[in-house]
Amino acid sequence: MEAFEYARPTTNEEVVKLLTGAKGGAQVLAGGTDILSLMKDGVARPARLVSLQHVKELRGITFHPGTGLRLGATATFEELLENPDVRKHYPALAQAAEGVSSPQVRNTGTVAGDLCQRPRCWYYRAGFGLLAIYNGKPLVPDGDNRYHAILGNSGPAYFVSPSSLAPILVALNAKVKLHGPQGARELPVQDFFLTPKNDQEIEHALQPGEIVTEILVPAPGDVKMAVYEVRQKEALDWPLAAAAVVLNLEGDTVKKVRVVLGHVAPVPWPSPEAEEALTGKSVSEDAAWEAGKAALSKATPLSKNVYKVQLARVAVKRAILRAAKGEA
Amino acid sequence: MAKCKYDWPEASDRRLIGKRINRIDGPTKSSGRAKYTYDINLPGLLVAKIYRSPYAHAKITAIDTSEAEKLPGVKTVRIIQGVGKEIQWAGDEIVAVAAVSEDIADDAVRKIKVEFEQLPHFVHEEDLQQAGDHAKEAGGEKGGDPDKAFSDPDVVISEGFYGIPTITHCCLEAHGNVAEWTGANLRTYSSTQNVSGLPGQIGQALREQGVNVPDNNIETICNYVGGGFGSKFSPDRWGIEVAKLAKAAGKPVKLMLDRNMEMEVAGARPSGYAQIKVAAKKDGTIVAWDSHSWGTGGPAGTTMPPLPYVLNIPNKITRHTSISTNTGPGRAWRAPNHPQAALLTMCALDDLAAKLNMDPVEFFSKNADLAGERAEVYRQELRKAAELIDWQKNWHPRGDKSAGTIKRGLGLSLHTWGGRGHNSNCNVTIHPDGSVEVTLGSQDLGTGTRTVIAVVAAETLGLPVEAIRVNIGDSKFPSSGASGGSTTVGGVSASTRRGSVDALQQLLAVVAPSLGVPADQLVAVDGHIQAKGDAAKKLTWKEACAKLQVKTLQVTGKNPGQCALGSSGVGGVQIADVSVDTETGLVKIHKMVAAQDCGLIIDLKTAESQCYGAMIMGITYALFEEKVMDRATGRMLNNNMEFYKLAGIGDIGELVVHMMTGPGYDERGTIGLGEPPVISPGAAISNAVANALGVRVPTLPITPDKVLAALEKGGAA
Repeated sequence: MEAFEYARPTTNEEVVKLLTGAKGGAQVLAGGTDILSLMKDGVARPARLVSLQHVKELRGITFHPGTGLRLGATATFEELLENPDVRKHYPALAQAAEGVSSPQVRNTGTVAGDLCQRPRCWYYRAGFGLLAIYNGKPLVPDGDNRYHAILGNSGPAYFVSPSSLAPILVALNAKVKLHGPQGARELPVQDFFLTPKNDQEIEHALQPGEIVTEILVPAPGDVKMAVYEVRQKEALDWPLAAAAVVLNLEGDTVKKVRVVLGHVAPVPWPSPEAEEALTGKSVSEDAAWEAGKAALSKATPLSKNVYKVQLARVAVKRAILRAAKGEA
Repeated sequence: MAKCKYDWPEASDRRLIGKRINRIDGPTKSSGRAKYTYDINLPGLLVAKIYRSPYAHAKITAIDTSEAEKLPGVKTVRIIQGVGKEIQWAGDEIVAVAAVSEDIADDAVRKIKVEFEQLPHFVHEEDLQQAGDHAKEAGGEKGGDPDKAFSDPDVVISEGFYGIPTITHCCLEAHGNVAEWTGANLRTYSSTQNVSGLPGQIGQALREQGVNVPDNNIETICNYVGGGFGSKFSPDRWGIEVAKLAKAAGKPVKLMLDRNMEMEVAGARPSGYAQIKVAAKKDGTIVAWDSHSWGTGGPAGTTMPPLPYVLNIPNKITRHTSISTNTGPGRAWRAPNHPQAALLTMCALDDLAAKLNMDPVEFFSKNADLAGERAEVYRQELRKAAELIDWQKNWHPRGDKSAGTIKRGLGLSLHTWGGRGHNSNCNVTIHPDGSVEVTLGSQDLGTGTRTVIAVVAAETLGLPVEAIRVNIGDSKFPSSGASGGSTTVGGVSASTRRGSVDALQQLLAVVAPSLGVPADQLVAVDGHIQAKGDAAKKLTWKEACAKLQVKTLQVTGKNPGQCALGSSGVGGVQIADVSVDTETGLVKIHKMVAAQDCGLIIDLKTAESQCYGAMIMGITYALFEEKVMDRATGRMLNNNMEFYKLAGIGDIGELVVHMMTGPGYDERGTIGLGEPPVISPGAAISNAVANALGVRVPTLPITPDKVLAALEKGGAA
């Protein structure tokens, strides 16, 4: 890791100033579960690290039945899991946090960090760049792409969005609040994620000097929700595919449904196909399976990840059934 | 019966041997007081880092270290492989730097400029057809008349492809050393499984490279080692470089491998793939074997695993192709070549049993005679393991026909190993104050070596385990063998036994006059020296030792030596109970059982722990581990603990270990155990998955992609 400057501001304004004023680039340090490993691997080389640890306005989780949930940027996975309002009103958020099956990461990793963490693509982490170009050619299509994208992967980006929380936040129509040199702005979580088209672009919408300050999740209303992740290990492991589902039921019939897939595309992947397949049906194993198949109907797997199509179908199916059962 | 003087005590006389005894260094380790090589920080210590080849195959055309040398804090820069050298694997060492801190050493490495002429590399060996010039015929053998046996119209033939990939050792403590020169003397603190053997290797390499140091000026210290598994017998090139850096800098230097390099260059269990054909009579009698195996252990290729494994099939033909690849060199991995042989053999035979519609327990019991002298051991272990897994109730023929998407299955495997005790010398010292120490240049690889030594000495001297101080981990101590091949317990327990018996005999001779009893009529029992059959005539251990006055009693114990205290050769049977989610291809271990013999067990607890650890390691390589190599760049893609997946506590299920002891086992004396129980898990789990699904997943690790691909071809789903 190269030497860097360390700053410890106490307000959002100071954070933004420190981020924009560093020669050689500055990066935010929140939980540090990602940035420190990027720095150790030489993938990120910021001249300055700006710690958010002492910025009080970035902390906390609050809930109002009318307006919904506010997650401070530096709220941890563990705080999310322990919050009774989250468990009661947004059980799927807790399920997503539970998927991070390392107490260390849950204790230090933050909700905004979960959205801002860089992709886990092993070519990117080995220093071949976000688009993994080697000798002028992309490495992923002919390389070992077992963990890469099966949707939204026409190139040049083939990585998958690593966020655990994004699929359910998108399904809940959550917004992300940003603060930067131009002041504050809000974006739907879905719009926060971008698929880079060239090596000048990255996978999210943060402008230079901008940080995530809050995540705002609307009051859920009368819905059922769930997340289902397919992970190979019980111990800490990235999902091979994940799905988040928010169901509005009228009796047994699906009035409205949101289905968002994770770990299958460079961004969280909403599936109108699955939503259409399930809307108007009563929830059953078969209906859920049909929705899963619909969700992947346009999948374009790479040479070594055809299996992920099946895993993603199953994730959708099981998320729907888990939501309908209302299991926490 | 006439007993040899060093013989192990009869079962009825054993107070400690064979009991479950806690490891004597447990508290030291679990409280963090144990100092590993990584923890050695000497005054003025420099830290070394290495510039390594980014290419898997390349020729060095230019090296410029000037920028690195100019960096403040950099003390020494040494070129390890210079211009013109051809690099054969990514990560190979090119330049070493020692600096006052790790950060500066890292910075310096980044400032080194090396130019290469890239050469074509080859890093994938699973498909033999693609190996081209990298494939070399590497032997094979023929026995009986396989052609005739296979062409017998009455035999059932099963054919298949099976494989086990290259994995890395992944020692929790990376390889590395601290080197310190004091005048003409070199001391190394090394993470090693070969304390006594290291100075000779270091001395020879240094002398060959122009550093004139005799072996007797070199001392190696290793009090604790965080895993070796066969990868830490040699000082390695970096272990020689650190000594040279320390000499050049005039300061002690520490060089520990970073995690990525630990995984790329310091550990590789060679792969093993094979196309296999086996035949049996309709009654299940195995008659013929035909295998063409291949694999890689890096640039040097591989040797053939012992095929067919365990069972000596009367008609057989084997052929092996060694494939050289531009990957980190292969190293011995816990039971070298046996996990490969077990996977290839036991899966092929399990498929044959399925084709015969036979219960595998019955099939292997029926054919156990092919295992030769241990046939009966295998039958007993098969019975025991089957009982522990409730085979009668839980086994079903190939393919779980029950409803639902979760399929359950059982699978078994057999293994064998040698494990004869190595050469070992120890000093047993009895001090006049009654304290006792046993001193030898051994090492505790994590297996409980210290504890075993203490148990043997305490048993022999009639003392509690805590009364024995054990000194190991220094090459200046009496030389004792490397910890490899499951030889340590056999070696150190025998030398300690002989030394302790002799020391006691000398003590008894000193004590005899004061008790008025001939020395040969005295025994050491419960902290006393007393007359046989007359407990009234006795001294406490302390009183007895006081008779030594100022003369400390020291005796050397040796192995090998008089009286056979150990032997060689074990069996072992493991059975896995798994479930497979046929929608996701995920495999879960419910339960694994091991029935394992290893002769006379010194400490039942550390023996069982060896088996538990081995089964966990086995589950991990069965389900998760593989070195993923990238075709285009020639680099290992998962050189980290994130994508080099290891099982966590939730991934291993319930483990049951049954050690075979008592008559028929104990009289074989001590036999090593470190390796045998890690051999079978891959095959047992693969067979259990095949039993659940009704279709074989041909290669390890058994990952969801492979399970789903196998199910596509047909199966229970």
